[in-house]
Amino acid sequence: MKSFLPVLTVVAAIFALWYLAVIPMNMHAALTTAERGGAVISPEGAAARRDLSGISLAANNSEHIASTFNQDRPRLPAPHQVARELWDTTVEKKITSKRSLVFHGWITLSATLLGFAIGTGLGIVLAIGIVHNRAMDMSVMPWAIASQTIPILAIAPMIIVVLNSVGVQGLLPKAIISAYLSFFPVVVGMVKGLRSPDHMQLDLLKTYNASNAQGFWKLRLPASMPYLFASLKIGIAASLVGAIVGELPTGAIRGLGARMLTGSYYGQTIQIWSALLAAAIVAAGLVAIVTLIQRVTLRRMGLS
Amino acid sequence: MTLVLLALILWIAAWWLNVRLANSGLSHTQAVRFGVPLIFGLTILVVWELVVRGLAVPLVILPPPSQIVARIASEVPTLWADFVQTFVKGALSGYVIGCVSAFVVAILADRFDFLRRGLLPVGNFIAALPIIGTAPILVMWFGFDWQSKAAVVVVMVFFPMLVNTVAGLQETTAMQRDLMRTYGASYWASLMKLRLPAAMPFIFNGLKISTTLALIGAIVAEFFGSPIVGMGFRISTSVGQLALDMVWAEIVVAALAGSAFYGVVAAIEKGVTFWHPSQRG
Repeated sequence: MKSFLPVLTVVAAIFALWYLAVIPMNMHAALTTAERGGAVISPEGAAARRDLSGISLAANNSEHIASTFNQDRPRLPAPHQVARELWDTTVEKKITSKRSLVFHGWITLSATLLGFAIGTGLGIVLAIGIVHNRAMDMSVMPWAIASQTIPILAIAPMIIVVLNSVGVQGLLPKAIISAYLSFFPVVVGMVKGLRSPDHMQLDLLKTYNASNAQGFWKLRLPASMPYLFASLKIGIAASLVGAIVGELPTGAIRGLGARMLTGSYYGQTIQIWSALLAAAIVAAGLVAIVTLIQRVTLRRMGLS
Repeated sequence: MTLVLLALILWIAAWWLNVRLANSGLSHTQAVRFGVPLIFGLTILVVWELVVRGLAVPLVILPPPSQIVARIASEVPTLWADFVQTFVKGALSGYVIGCVSAFVVAILADRFDFLRRGLLPVGNFIAALPIIGTAPILVMWFGFDWQSKAAVVVVMVFFPMLVNTVAGLQETTAMQRDLMRTYGASYWASLMKLRLPAAMPFIFNGLKISTTLALIGAIVAEFFGSPIVGMGFRISTSVGQLALDMVWAEIVVAALAGSAFYGVVAAIEKGVTFWHPSQRG
């Protein structure tokens, strides 16, 4: 609660900056439309104004500043325009409509969740293998760590097209990219977590004559939970990025990534911004859910 | 079919060798520690080659490694031009601008406690968002050339770097700060001599995370429009032409560039934070 006021201030400052930036960004277009409508603008003609900065134009034609906030296709839409578009495309439209962001968001979200489940499951299995098998640890772990430095996302277009040519379409190719992105953070975090019990604790179990399986279920797995949740948070954010990027290369027509792509083709900036904001909301929601599960689980386990 | 069988046998043999090496008394020597992952990687490459040839997998699904290597060898000038456009111009310039500006903002935020408490949660929140989505907007603003890619990279690396630096500047203990105060050290003296050095492990953590993000940002931004050169451009057009060996060649270049970039930053870290326990171990 102590940081409530500072956070509010920073957020307010961001919005204020956003509104201020809208003026110079959209000034040229606003003046061109106003001139076409018969208004007198100080340097006449769009060509004469091209090299002038938006700020000086705004200073010379201050009566047209208001119109920069209501452009049809602004270079930078004002926050209220994006908010109205978000409201229109989520609440006002039916969810089944092709123009509803809920519809597109669900397409992306389902790929994200499927991919996240696959990636996390495989990651945990591999981590268990690595912890219990020395040969696997020595041969796979260096590659898993090295793979974190590789821009894996570059591989996305290829996966989509290759799977397409094999006949796999729809949800699965995107989910595979999502899975791929969430896989490595989970492996690395989970290995760290399963190794986190110290020698004392492992020795104690040995004196109890506990088997390997008991050691795993009763000590290693519970001890790994904080690490697992830390990687899950990274993993789910990465999964969403994967699903969005997975929609780009094939010219998909459904999903948040597709909304951004078509928006950028047709210069529908408000559409791009609303898709972007929707993606941000989805990401924040997913991370919040994981955080909530983390808090509940760790409290039940007495770890938090 | 014999090739596939050969691949299977080779796989089992290599795995057996690795198990023997890992469980032998030599498993702590440097040679084995490098050898085991190397054997594993080489086995995967050879098995890949044999299986692709043995099953006659079409080129449009998976090219064999030998063909990828041949492609790299024959397309060096193109690959180099793409590398310069995407990595040197786009990723590297954006990385430097983004990291330096995040660093400056972090120092400012640290000076004013109010700003720090406001920026840290917001920065943490934004760092988790799919920032890559700003790529179409930034491409629209800054044009198709490398400037827009650098802008995407700046936005992508800014927040992870900011959050890490601010967290690092909090690392000193009250005891250490008190000591500086008893020396009569000014704000700048204690920043330069105590708090910045203490923050270095965190700063380098941010710098290392940012290396991968920079390359991803530069490549993905090219999917939204680029001049006819660049790694992202080459990947998306080669996929369209089903020239998958070229795609793999670009991916190999991207992987090498990413690892080398990370390696350079990690090496600098080793030199700067030689005092930190994680570097002495």
